Amino acid sequence: MMQLTQREAPPADLLIKGARLVDGASGLEGPQLDVRIASGVIAEVGSSLDPAGAEMIDADGLTMTPGLVDPHVHLRTPGDEDEEDIASGTRAAAAGGFVAILAMPNTSPVVDSAAVLNGLITRASEQAVVATGFFAAITRGLEGRELVDMAELAARGAVGFSDDGRPVERAGMLRRALQYSSVTGRKLSLHEEDLTLTAGAQMHEGAVSAELGLHGYPSIGESVMVGRDLQIARYEGAPLHLCHISAAESVAEIRRAKELGVAVTAEVSPHHLCLTDELVRDLDPAVSKMSPPLRSDADRAALVEALADGTLDCVGTDHAPHRAHEKEVPFEAAPNGVIGLETAFAAVYTNLVEPGLVPLATVLERMSTGPARAFGLPAPALRVGEVANLALWDLAERWVVGPPYASRSRNCAFGGRTLQGRCTMTVAGGSVAHRLAEVAR
Amino acid sequence: MDLYPPTGLARRRHLLSIGDLERADVERILETAEGFESVMHRDVKKVPTLRGRTVMNVFFESSTRTSSSFELAAKRLSADTVNLKASGSSVDKGESLKDTVLTLSAYDPDVIVIRHPQAGAPALVTRHTDAHVVNAGDGKHQHPPQSLLDLYTIRKALGQVEGLQVAIVGDVLHSRVARSNIQALRLLGAEVLLVGPPALIPRDAAAAMGVTVSYDIGDIAEADVVYVLRMQRERMLEGANYVPSLTEYSALWGVTPERVQPSQLVMHPGPINRGVEIAAEVADSASSRIVDQVRAGLVTRMAVLYDLLTEPTTRGGQAALRAVEPAGQEVA
Repeated sequence: MMQLTQREAPPADLLIKGARLVDGASGLEGPQLDVRIASGVIAEVGSSLDPAGAEMIDADGLTMTPGLVDPHVHLRTPGDEDEEDIASGTRAAAAGGFVAILAMPNTSPVVDSAAVLNGLITRASEQAVVATGFFAAITRGLEGRELVDMAELAARGAVGFSDDGRPVERAGMLRRALQYSSVTGRKLSLHEEDLTLTAGAQMHEGAVSAELGLHGYPSIGESVMVGRDLQIARYEGAPLHLCHISAAESVAEIRRAKELGVAVTAEVSPHHLCLTDELVRDLDPAVSKMSPPLRSDADRAALVEALADGTLDCVGTDHAPHRAHEKEVPFEAAPNGVIGLETAFAAVYTNLVEPGLVPLATVLERMSTGPARAFGLPAPALRVGEVANLALWDLAERWVVGPPYASRSRNCAFGGRTLQGRCTMTVAGGSVAHRLAEVAR
Repeated sequence: MDLYPPTGLARRRHLLSIGDLERADVERILETAEGFESVMHRDVKKVPTLRGRTVMNVFFESSTRTSSSFELAAKRLSADTVNLKASGSSVDKGESLKDTVLTLSAYDPDVIVIRHPQAGAPALVTRHTDAHVVNAGDGKHQHPPQSLLDLYTIRKALGQVEGLQVAIVGDVLHSRVARSNIQALRLLGAEVLLVGPPALIPRDAAAAMGVTVSYDIGDIAEADVVYVLRMQRERMLEGANYVPSLTEYSALWGVTPERVQPSQLVMHPGPINRGVEIAAEVADSASSRIVDQVRAGLVTRMAVLYDLLTEPTTRGGQAALRAVEPAGQEVA
């Protein structure tokens, strides 16, 4: 069975008073209500509720939403625990309002055997402060040659399969994986890249790369692979999920495939929604070097539009920690990736919701219900009888992004920027997973 | 030269990219270089201007012209120089660029001149030193000192840069010189035409850099200056097939005697590959300014060091000229 794992923690008994509740799925559009949580379960939602011995939290001026779900995180465990481990990664998630995250398998060793997967699930049961699921690789060692034992890994709790960090290069191999994944009932999550078009790439190919002399990653380096894989999925009638879509051309392919009835879900990162390749001019790889790269403003606008209209189903951070010293090198020598769990919602809120581009309810759908649905997980909801999986936000607070971070790494695309909207408390799986100092009163 | 490091360090002027300069900055440096010409014609070719200052040349990539001329430029100005090459240093022992810079900065250098195969290395250096940083070439990104010497050479030969048409021919994609020069030439009012194989001209170059693009070598006929680039095979990805062969390249884009006229200036940043991007007859012709470029490199580099180490009080070269003029101050 599918398995998200979280450590045992004391269930919360709280009366959260006077927050504005926003949860589209539950028909809540901002009424100011009290929410009583008893033994980790939402026991009552109403006005002037009695604490019944529970700790009271004055949430006047705050907003309560379902907890967020991230379908794309790198926890660097096993193998690179100095960059991130399950404890630090899930604390970072909780600090960003996430109650569930799915971790990618490109670790060392790669999660391609039951032994490695079991080890991770055991560690998560000891350390994870939010529900954590693990992808297994599609191919052994991410080498694109042999399928992993998918049925066994699914039975042991893999939430899906992904060779993220690398594409499944051969069309024939992807076809076999799609055919077999239908037996397992788990989705493939694909990193879309034609390596023959992206060899040596340092940033988006366009006006800025022409000027900076950095080798370009053209939009077609992503979109031709998206097009290929959507055709294979359509032919096989198999569902699939596409990671970190960055190019307008890819959005067009996905939109068309959805019209044709292909069961595709797709994700986009906060940095691709909020930033462009202009940021690369500073040549600070800790902030602006990732794969796929930050693209043009036209691409960014297409992504925002696609998130609003549902062509893109969910936001995934692609949280990718790196050792500080590995990013303190010349731009061309640095590895790809930025961290994003702690800033995901605030970045999207600041850049998409505040300017009126995407309504808050839509953003919440794409950051909670959408990703949960894409992977067959129960969606967090602010409803009586549900285990409490919720976040409390001060949507007016402007705050300066770290360092410090809850993450072990600090290669954040939004580092040093001022963002609006801060998570003050996260209750995950019925337990308090994050609490800003100011709220603890 | 208005790019300052973000925080923590002393505010310093650097020369990282021509894009950071204004026209007045370039004019001032060229005027200063002009002033240093007189020093070149003296018996004792040395002035005390930068006595007691330290210039460190840190080269992570091979170089003949740039490293020797920066060393000589510093010495002509009486600065102390330290030359570090990547091989034979602690870099071979795995030291990171950051640690190398922290180490060298402990000696309080006034200027660090750096060449590095990776774009962004000089920007990284500014984040870890209090010295002024000069980018002497980083990857395919920028090579500002080359642009200053090229502008100087063109001005010497044709009087001014404004209004000229300059054709840059060849492997623009891998050329930091081309990127710096496009910005520099446009800053001083020249028009730039890029000519070369499609795969070696950056996509969006016209829109991004305000140039005209052509794949036809015949289009260099109208240019006042033909600036030839080397095919930079060492920077090309293996198996990339930018052109089928060097023979094809030479046939279609080689600068041969039939393709240039005596009235056109021919320039090349060096090293040249005779018979590939430029015919030997052209390189040795009266139109060629290749040796003048090397000579211009010395005075323009002196001007760069001088400019960084003196706060310019006026724009346009007055301060520089005053400092050079006083006679009898040469150091023996």
